[in-house]
Amino acid sequence: MKAFTVSKAVTALLVVGLVLLPLYSQASGNIFILTLFTRIIILALAAASLNLIMGFGGMMSFGHAAYLGIGGYAVGMLAQEGIGSGFIQFPVALAASATYALVIGALSLRTRGVYFIMITLAFAQMAYYVASGLARYGGDDGLTVYKRSDFSGLVNLSNRTQFYYLCLACLFAMIFLIWRVVNSRFGLVLQGLRSNEQRMQAIGFPSKRYQLVCFVISGTMCGLAGALLANNTDFVSPAMMYWTRSGDLMVMVILGGMGTLFGPVIGAVVYLLLEEFLSQLTEYWALIMGPLLLLIVLFGRGGIMGLLGRLNRG
Amino acid sequence: MLLVVEQFLNGLQFGLLLFLLAAGLTLVFGIMDLVNLAHGSLYMMGAYFAATFAAWTGSFLLGALLALGATLVLGIVLEMSALRHLYGRDHLDHVLATFGLILFFNEAVRLVWGPAGLALQLPNWLTVPVPILPGIHYPAYRLAIIAVALLVALLLYLGVMRTRIGMLIRAGASNREMIGALGINIKLLYTLVFGLGAALAGLAGLMQAPILTVQIGMGENILILAFVIIVIGGIGSIRGAFLAAIFVGMIDTLGRAFLPNLLRQVLSGAAASTAAPALSSMLIYLLMAIVLVVRPEGLFPANRR
Repeated sequence: MKAFTVSKAVTALLVVGLVLLPLYSQASGNIFILTLFTRIIILALAAASLNLIMGFGGMMSFGHAAYLGIGGYAVGMLAQEGIGSGFIQFPVALAASATYALVIGALSLRTRGVYFIMITLAFAQMAYYVASGLARYGGDDGLTVYKRSDFSGLVNLSNRTQFYYLCLACLFAMIFLIWRVVNSRFGLVLQGLRSNEQRMQAIGFPSKRYQLVCFVISGTMCGLAGALLANNTDFVSPAMMYWTRSGDLMVMVILGGMGTLFGPVIGAVVYLLLEEFLSQLTEYWALIMGPLLLLIVLFGRGGIMGLLGRLNRG
Repeated sequence: MLLVVEQFLNGLQFGLLLFLLAAGLTLVFGIMDLVNLAHGSLYMMGAYFAATFAAWTGSFLLGALLALGATLVLGIVLEMSALRHLYGRDHLDHVLATFGLILFFNEAVRLVWGPAGLALQLPNWLTVPVPILPGIHYPAYRLAIIAVALLVALLLYLGVMRTRIGMLIRAGASNREMIGALGINIKLLYTLVFGLGAALAGLAGLMQAPILTVQIGMGENILILAFVIIVIGGIGSIRGAFLAAIFVGMIDTLGRAFLPNLLRQVLSGAAASTAAPALSSMLIYLLMAIVLVVRPEGLFPANRR
């Protein structure tokens, strides 16, 4: 294994850049870049959680945005009911996403391949419709979160810089966790299942149980991203769970490089910056973005990480 | 009684419309092994084409025929330019590439037709209520949808089961290399099947257009329903898609119509009125969950035909 590779250098650059960003924002007085990157980091966290099941577990979930919504709604609904403490809101958000992932996973994992893609998609749409039907919590129009989660003195979410670092800390902590999971015995079994499920079953591994645990871990992580996202936008709405959002997350993972540790982060940064850039260029940015995705799928195998790896080999 | 018959027919009509959409989806999946999320975009394009052509020609029927042709051509162009290169690739690649196509189509429609929706006016002879039972009237247009969709379903069945092309399509579904080796132009066959699927989606879109507004994103919600249908029916099976479509159409329509009243008898008024909309939109997903628990491969798995 080489000590220096292009992809490692890019990853290191990205990490340093993300850590130092608030300093740049303060020095240049550019507040917008800080809010933009807070959103990017939160969605990168969601993409990283999707990558855990997609890249390492081989489970193509097309309904990952549901957890964003569930985590977000947990914060929004508790805030609406007057429970503002983050020590209650965040655990509830995580528990709710984990429970949802457990139920959906247990049902969806009975299927495989393209059935799995469609099932997860359909369940996420169900969550979307349920949220649209919550008349008490704004229904279709969504719910404004008037007060951000209160972590009584520990960290102030209304302070832009503190919130940014909280999100970044969550992202790095979760990537560390994914790294530990992937390289544990559990993670190796999971990757074995991705390569050849039948053979793993023949050796005697209860394949569904391993996959379900991974599915729940991933859903819980994404629920955390949802709780952060609700605090970031001060607003939750069913649109958080709409299936195009699940598609966005998938695109970030593929774009960055599926099955790599930092690929989803790079994918999220590139995708959201591209979206921002194109939407400043023209109102009809999706007209360029759509065909671009098609080209990435057709010609860019392995995403950006794959590209960097090829650069290295020369 | 009046309401029951009416809702029953509404459910049948909706189910048949869903069948047109699901049939194209399941054909394309069964034969080319392609997951096409952009199928809903073709449905939307059918509706937009119909609204535009009907306004140009001043005739609903002429506009509908032109729109049908236009979606067929659009499907063929789409297959030849982009989707052809996706055959044999991973399903995930299909999902992403066709997701990109959805973004493209939605934005292209916004550019060409503007963000506001269009309306498609029906000719007078289609708006009259028709007496179907003594004392019960039903809109002629909805009856026409039922008739057209049933006819198309019959033609599709005969076409796939009784003609030479249909035989090739079925052969292609079970072993594509073999029928290529036997000298069949498999590329052309695939293009035709995709065009047929596109035309079916366009037909569904243009028939739905006068009932709902023609708007951006109209294909997306109904696409999810079509997915639910082919999952319930068994991917690749047209017969499964037909039965599941009618089943889903019925459950969705009847659930929305009668569930609120049913709940009101069990729960208190306020609780019922909050639970009913959520529950009735969940019904078909619950149905799908139940089917999957009992038969993970759907009710009529295609490979066991």
